[in-house]
Amino acid sequence: MAIWLDTNSLILVQGMTGSEGTKHTRRMVASGARVVAGVTPGKAGQDVDGIPIFDDVQSAVAATGANVSVVFVPPKFAKAAVIEAVDAKIALAVVITEGIPVHDSAQFFQYSQNSGATRLIGPNCPGIISPGQSNAGIIPADITKAGRIGLVSKSGTLTYQMMYELRDIGFSTCVGIGGDPIIGTTHIDCLQAFQDDPETDAVVMIGEIGGDAEERAAAYIGQHITKPVVGYVAGFTAPEGKTMGHAGAIVSGSAGTAIAKQEALEAVGVKVGKTPSATARLMREIMQG
Amino acid sequence: MDLYEYQAKHLFGKHRIPGTPGEVCATAVAAHEVARKIGTPVVVKAQVKTGGRGKAGGVKLAANPDEASAAATAILGMDIKGHTVHRVLVAEAADISEEYYVSFLLDRANRAFLAMASTAGGVEIEEVAATRPQDLAMIRVDALLGVDVKKATEIVDAANFPPAVRDQVIAMMVKLWKVMVDEDATLVEVNPLVLTPGGVVLALDGKVTLDDNANYRHAGHADFMDREGTDPIELRAKEFELNYVKLHGEVGIIGNGAGLVMSTLDVVAYAGEEFGGIKPANFLDIGGGASAPVMANGLDIVLNDPEVEAVLVNVFGGITSCDAVANGVLQALEMLKAEGAPLSKPIVCRIDGNNAVEGRRILTEANHPLIEIVDTMDDAARRVAELAAARKAGK
Repeated sequence: MAIWLDTNSLILVQGMTGSEGTKHTRRMVASGARVVAGVTPGKAGQDVDGIPIFDDVQSAVAATGANVSVVFVPPKFAKAAVIEAVDAKIALAVVITEGIPVHDSAQFFQYSQNSGATRLIGPNCPGIISPGQSNAGIIPADITKAGRIGLVSKSGTLTYQMMYELRDIGFSTCVGIGGDPIIGTTHIDCLQAFQDDPETDAVVMIGEIGGDAEERAAAYIGQHITKPVVGYVAGFTAPEGKTMGHAGAIVSGSAGTAIAKQEALEAVGVKVGKTPSATARLMREIMQG
Repeated sequence: MDLYEYQAKHLFGKHRIPGTPGEVCATAVAAHEVARKIGTPVVVKAQVKTGGRGKAGGVKLAANPDEASAAATAILGMDIKGHTVHRVLVAEAADISEEYYVSFLLDRANRAFLAMASTAGGVEIEEVAATRPQDLAMIRVDALLGVDVKKATEIVDAANFPPAVRDQVIAMMVKLWKVMVDEDATLVEVNPLVLTPGGVVLALDGKVTLDDNANYRHAGHADFMDREGTDPIELRAKEFELNYVKLHGEVGIIGNGAGLVMSTLDVVAYAGEEFGGIKPANFLDIGGGASAPVMANGLDIVLNDPEVEAVLVNVFGGITSCDAVANGVLQALEMLKAEGAPLSKPIVCRIDGNNAVEGRRILTEANHPLIEIVDTMDDAARRVAELAAARKAGK
């Protein structure tokens, strides 16, 4: 079953004819994902490896039945692209684009909330993969296999690292939610979905400095999650006031520190690994008894 | 990007937000001249991107140009919480009857914006929030609906502003929201917003944070970049378009992906505890691709940091496979050698992921005198900390 993305997912790629769009379309197809359409305004009638290109999302959906969109369009055009996906009632829109102004993200997030039709993942995220079933985004598919662990993470490469360390056990779904200040899908959304997913037995949650999403996730775990959760937080050594790569990864005053996040998670019984490898070991112990 | 007060006020001026006339000065002579032009008592204010400058002696009243010059002399060069004062703002000193507080900010938790307003201004707002939260109105602002007169009225009434200033503060809020949207700000704060004895509401201070992602649509925002407040290595990294943050330690860090690099810093710091407190020297994310030219630029930046004794390259090959990463590291070292860069610091490489065995084989066979290959992140961190400690001790 997995969460949000499975063998029934029919993917369209907004910005498929761009270099990143084309490259990752090919990778998604190679990993078994059903990519059915591309959208680039003005390029209707063309194709990428036989996948038809449409001028707009609406006509792509009408012709192919696509229900997932992966957005690769540049920051300048991202807001319009997401709004178009929402208007076409795409169920899941995965926004890979990095560098979108946060006012634009706030607006298209609000737009998706008002419509109620679309779940957004990202922006500035690696996407979502249900190994062996489907792959929407840029997460490498061949570093892990299908299994029963759920994974949610702000960071791309830490997601890959964890998928790889636990590749013998495998994952139901891995979600890279992105490191921007405003993101469409949160740790809590993923925890809730994994809790409800009969094919997921335990969850790895990877966080990082900035904001209080991990603290809120901890409160949610304490009240609603009965499946085992293992956590990892990056950024213990990050100084105050310096943005660490992700626009959202910044410690300001006492807010957003890694230690506060670790303490909040441990307070609700989440085992927190000191390093990514130690975190993988904790999950291994849970899955292998 | 956080702005200095004078830069924030420049934006306020552009949006016709009422304040006091003033100019930024880098010398006491300039402060004298500005005070003479203004012709009334002035306030001389240190321009630093930190709070508490008043308590630190960074704000002084001056009755005449000579006093303004003396105040500027005292304040320029001052250290306020680790920030050196390079400029002062010389502005007309306003008479103050009341002090208020207003702001707009990005509200990450609610994925919207937030308006805050209080009639208890002039003090740190965190203190008001902690000690008398009933005096701080917090109102959600919908990103699509924004702030019109009706919304501004809701905010101002929630904070119980007195009837005499209500309309002026409402107008002020509408204009501040325009700054927020038109300038792509994530924070616009006025503390204090003051009422003069003449009944006029003025923005006496200003704090603005701009969204760097939006620089492409604001030609003027690049001018706000703070060159003298930025570390020289960070400036150079910026020219290479590298995501680099200077820290203070002995181990240079290069990795791909923000989360993995943050994690690497932590693991090195933990390992460094065993070696007399060895610490990471920087954050450097060379991105998912980790290509040879980018790796070369990254190594160039990190190896040129005089604090660095040893380097850890920590790459997870996901999209780019490890054989390409290994070749990238070797090519990068060739490029640096060809440019005559001094190469003596040891480089510990940990590459894992797609095609890791082949990547490690390439590095092993190259038998480069500076490169050591370690298989796991934890072991690599320990080894690089050990190498850095040994070189430091040998000095």
